[in-house]
Amino acid sequence: MKKLTWIIMAGLLISTVIFARSSITIKGSDTLVRLGQRWAEEYMKKNTGIVIQVSGGGSGTGIAALLNNATDICEASRDMKEKEYKLAEKNGMKPYRVSVALDGIAVFLNKKNKVHNLNFAQLKGIYTGAITNWKEVGGNDARIIIYGRENNSGTYSFFKKKVLNKEDYSDYTQTLPGTAAVVHAVANDKNGIGYGGIAWAKGVKFAAVAKDKDDKYVEPSINSVSDGSYPISRDLYWFFDGKPTGEIRKLVNWALSEEGQKIAEEIDYVPLSKKRALSSLVE
Amino acid sequence: MYRNRPEFNEKMKELNFKPKSRLREFFGEMFIAVNAFVALIAIILIFVFIFKEAIPIFTDSEIREEVTLEKMTFKQEFYEGRDAKWSWQPNSEVPKYSLLPLFIGTLKAALIAMLFAAPLGIGAAIYSSEFANKRMREIIKPTIELLAGIPSVVLGFFALIILATFLQNTLGLTFRLNALNAGLALGLAVIPIVFTVAEDAMTSVPHSLREAATALGANQWQISFTVVLPAALSGISAGIILGFGRAIGETMIVLMASGNAAIVSTSLTDSVRTFSATIASELGEVVFGGGHYTVLFFIGSLLFVFTFIINLSGDMILTRIKSRFQGKIN
Repeated sequence: MKKLTWIIMAGLLISTVIFARSSITIKGSDTLVRLGQRWAEEYMKKNTGIVIQVSGGGSGTGIAALLNNATDICEASRDMKEKEYKLAEKNGMKPYRVSVALDGIAVFLNKKNKVHNLNFAQLKGIYTGAITNWKEVGGNDARIIIYGRENNSGTYSFFKKKVLNKEDYSDYTQTLPGTAAVVHAVANDKNGIGYGGIAWAKGVKFAAVAKDKDDKYVEPSINSVSDGSYPISRDLYWFFDGKPTGEIRKLVNWALSEEGQKIAEEIDYVPLSKKRALSSLVE
Repeated sequence: MYRNRPEFNEKMKELNFKPKSRLREFFGEMFIAVNAFVALIAIILIFVFIFKEAIPIFTDSEIREEVTLEKMTFKQEFYEGRDAKWSWQPNSEVPKYSLLPLFIGTLKAALIAMLFAAPLGIGAAIYSSEFANKRMREIIKPTIELLAGIPSVVLGFFALIILATFLQNTLGLTFRLNALNAGLALGLAVIPIVFTVAEDAMTSVPHSLREAATALGANQWQISFTVVLPAALSGISAGIILGFGRAIGETMIVLMASGNAAIVSTSLTDSVRTFSATIASELGEVVFGGGHYTVLFFIGSLLFVFTFIINLSGDMILTRIKSRFQGKIN
């Protein structure tokens, strides 16, 4: 009897070793977390031996986790800061960056607003507080109510860098936790203006944006962001410690494949153009 | 007195209070004492940790180049040729750490909350302890105390979605999310505190006082307002003070309902940014040990000291009343 127990136990032990599933952790940007989860789901369906765990927390949190060896893949909606690259070097790491999708930052307006077109100079004026009335940009005589994101958000930094030329947001900017809250506020405020990812828009309209006032004003859409004609767009990244190999490399290349990019498009992310996706592949 | 009764002696026999094992009792006592001290030590450690992280503002020369006590307090000329002002822009190329906008914001939201919650809470307490019949009282008391059990994120969401729209439409406000909106939502969280403490204070006014007043021919109204209310006054003020402590420290409601714009103004319908909401929204992504990080911990220390003093004074008033009614003082 005792022998049998031993055999069973040994059998269990061996089987756990043989069928051990390799596991990959993904952590970071809240903008990307939905895409990461979808990719993980589909990939696990096709490759039963792999477990992928995805969690959010913000780009900064993800990068910190990567630098502390707490995650295999870090999702980020921004590049690593100089300080973070230095820290990586100190920890003996070589961060490797791959663009996995694109993201357009839309400018939201209330549906009742007469204004439709805004250029960078006007957006900058509005968000720095130099322009305070809608009539200055062709709208009604009413005070502009500006909504934005909290200053720990990647979208906040991106908008500040790209549109505000790193100048400060107006003190009157109402910062809200999350893009959904911004969209809700603008939808309920006829003089409101806000910014955030395209996929979130509901009950608001998009402003058509041009870089210079003589350029063509373009509305954000998957097509206009993907072909680069919409001016406020950014890359969404995956970071690794060194060039990925093995299972992780397979996962990245699958995400960049036509199939992976199609999944991104299905859930309202902007896929990379075919050329860019091909050039991003990890050898 | 009880000892002379035979029932008492019988009961004692039944319980059989003989010390079984000195050692066991000793360890039992130790275990309970450790439990008590764990809580105490935890508080002290948190206290020490928060202060320790804030101290570089006074000592670290690198951080002092970015931010000092003076820069946080007084008007600063951030760019040459532009007017000096108070500004909270920690993520700027030129980081700006004026605490005044946040202080004003915190005060505005808390004061509105108190103006709303104190009369309501005290009124409800007077009704419940003095005028309501027993059945009514058993409905009112638990219902108001239930309000304390609502998670603050739910109250915040309510203010963000419903209250804000209602206020803007009825009052025609420029800013949808503002101090008034946040203050009213905060008030909902404060009402149960004011109510509970005030109600306790009034019900614990000794019966002898009411009886004496009745004997002198006072009616219910006169008893309540000329006898019970003055006697319970310090208890009621303790309720207000404790409620104020909650209003200053509360985070989630203001984060969602106030608009979080750091403005220096006197208008109660402007957006406000409070201390607690600032910490909650910014601490997640600051450089560890940097200037911004240190300032957030400094704000944390300020909040800690504020609420500590407020709660301590509230508690002290309460203890004093208790001993007065039990005849230990005076």
